[in-house]
Amino acid sequence: MNIHIKNGRLIDPRNNIDAMLDVFISKKLIVAIGVAPEGFIPRQVIDATGLIVAPGLIELAARLREPGYEYMATLESEMEAAVAGGVTSLACPPDTDPPLDEPGLVEMLKHRAKNLHQAKLYPVAALTTALLGLELTEMAELVDAGCVAFSQADAPLTDTRVLYRAMQYAATFGFSVWLRPQDSFLARDGVAHEGEVATRCGLPAIPVCAETIALATMLSLAKETGAKLHICRLSSAAGVEMIRLAKREGLAVSCDVSINHVHLSEMDIGYFDPNCRLTPPLRSLRDRAALRAGLLDGTIDAICTNHAPVDEDAKQLPFAEAESGATGLELLLPLVLKWASQEKISLSDALARATLRPAQILGLDAGHLSVGAAADLCIFDPAACWVVTPAALKSQGKNTPFMGMEVQGRVRYTLVDGEVVYEKQD
Amino acid sequence: MKNPQLNKDGELQHLLTTEGLPVRIMRDILDRAASFLDVAEGREIKKVPLLHGKSVFNIFFENSTRTRTTFEIAAKRLSADVVNLNIGSSSTSKGESLLDTVDNLCAMHADMFIVRHSQSGAAHLIARHVAPEIHVINAGDGRHAHPTQALLDMFTIRHYKKEFHNLRVAIVGDVLHSRVARSQIHALTTLGVPEVRVIAPKTLLPAMVENLGVQVYHDMAKGLKDVDVVLMLRLQNERMQGALLPSGQEYFKNYGLTEEKLAYAKPDAIVMHPGPMNRGIEIASGVADGAQSVILSQVTFGIAVRMAVMSTLAGSGK
Repeated sequence: MNIHIKNGRLIDPRNNIDAMLDVFISKKLIVAIGVAPEGFIPRQVIDATGLIVAPGLIELAARLREPGYEYMATLESEMEAAVAGGVTSLACPPDTDPPLDEPGLVEMLKHRAKNLHQAKLYPVAALTTALLGLELTEMAELVDAGCVAFSQADAPLTDTRVLYRAMQYAATFGFSVWLRPQDSFLARDGVAHEGEVATRCGLPAIPVCAETIALATMLSLAKETGAKLHICRLSSAAGVEMIRLAKREGLAVSCDVSINHVHLSEMDIGYFDPNCRLTPPLRSLRDRAALRAGLLDGTIDAICTNHAPVDEDAKQLPFAEAESGATGLELLLPLVLKWASQEKISLSDALARATLRPAQILGLDAGHLSVGAAADLCIFDPAACWVVTPAALKSQGKNTPFMGMEVQGRVRYTLVDGEVVYEKQD
Repeated sequence: MKNPQLNKDGELQHLLTTEGLPVRIMRDILDRAASFLDVAEGREIKKVPLLHGKSVFNIFFENSTRTRTTFEIAAKRLSADVVNLNIGSSSTSKGESLLDTVDNLCAMHADMFIVRHSQSGAAHLIARHVAPEIHVINAGDGRHAHPTQALLDMFTIRHYKKEFHNLRVAIVGDVLHSRVARSQIHALTTLGVPEVRVIAPKTLLPAMVENLGVQVYHDMAKGLKDVDVVLMLRLQNERMQGALLPSGQEYFKNYGLTEEKLAYAKPDAIVMHPGPMNRGIEIASGVADGAQSVILSQVTFGIAVRMAVMSTLAGSGK
């Protein structure tokens, strides 16, 4: 179907465009920018007056809770949340039940997602069988089934030799390994950053060295094996500094931070707010400042939501017993815009962290609006304010530290492969 | 952020922690406790009718004989109807959630909950959940707070030392895992004690503990020097398993309160302990039973302080 998006402000970080330009879409692809191709007859015209036309957002960590945790969320609910949040591609971590450790599961998930005709799903497979950290998964088979990377999600991999070999094996085929740095012994039983708030609240704590020690191991093994390493959910100032040094030394490592950690700190736990029970834990204000600085200077490549819908009962527990996680897909855009306005950086620079950069980490030709590219777009009203309420969220998870807050920036249309998959009804 | 313990008129709605508890409320509770001490000691009839017709539910998700008993005695002296529930051995073991249990008890028309739970923040969770006419008293939540213990300790200190503004107080032992220590620190600093010290090995101190307003010592000789009050903490036996300490003997040698170590403190220093004591681990019998020990007074005062807390809560919002 031919679509003409007119009168919008086009922002495309890759092509360095921020201008009033129309977009022309035909047969799933962007066929022209600015001037209509000869003989172009639109079947649909989207009036984007006052709106921004940007590449669809790309999310690196969206837990869809299937298979195994359907009481928390379903593929249907979370894919709907994704497109309502302007997310057109998303990677899902392997920590389902059973974990994504065999090709059949991955194919099933991809197949079901495809039938929903919403966002594009890119499963990240388990690095080790059942995420137990003992044996390697059939990585080449899993890639054939559609996996884009290998990860332990939040499951520990304590045997360093297994990690070494997993990275060697992945490097053999050029597969990416995504790891969240946390020493499982140091983090054992911990639920909050080891600092002032955990001390005051009497919460079992996770020290910063749990991150830095694991990170040192991962960076050493990446150097040793040549594996493509992506570090997930950096949380500390010391961690940012280690990545900065590794990149300066020329190591091919990328990393991301969750949007929660860009905006929040341990202080937000307040009187045991279970919505701030997150993994990794929210750390100090100093750590948050370093994460933001790292994001600005490119040490941290991408922002993700670390989307983890949780059912209400699992949150209505004492802080340490509450399930970790927050819903995020529908908050990514407003929270990225908020960061941009706080840091006084251009929308293009900010959106790059949630479009182009995550696409590069995923190894996808996506996250840009070049002629010939897939027409995955997010069209949003940058001025529209809305209040985060349970009813305002499509996600089955209603748990977020931002509940009740007013945010700015609302998605009006989401297009995937040239089709409108979401349109905000007024 | 709204103080979850106070109602909109600034009165005490729940007692959850001594942190952020206004000094006027703290002093009122201590004064009121002093008047209840007369009830207990000066009269034939030990009861007053302040909580007559009220239902007080002792809900203990973690075992405790002493604290539960003193709350029970305090409630009965206020003429309340008292129900004791050891939840540790009933509902939650059948899979019922904490808030489901609370809802059920609310449906039985509870007026006040006295809650003990092994998780920090449990009392806050319940206080957030219940209807506004119901009061919650935290009788110990995880490592977080044990405010009535701290208040009875403050009462004991005031009883023997009269004032707070000229005192040097040392807290000795496992601060990391201690809700008592946290509540004591907040109460002492709120009441104007100019110097609060903690003495422990580094493995038993939480990160940035100095930000709570205390001075940190690792050596008993230095830490106890010229103090007026020594607050001992209980050391749980399981600390030896978590690589926190090598042995009870080594702990006693370095941090156990003996007569020799107590001699570093002022000659009229008092020694306190929240109980139950581990003799020969954190405290020598000679000190526990010695002239400077006021440990049994703490227990007596504890009933009066808990009466004061309950009657203060019952009187708020009227």
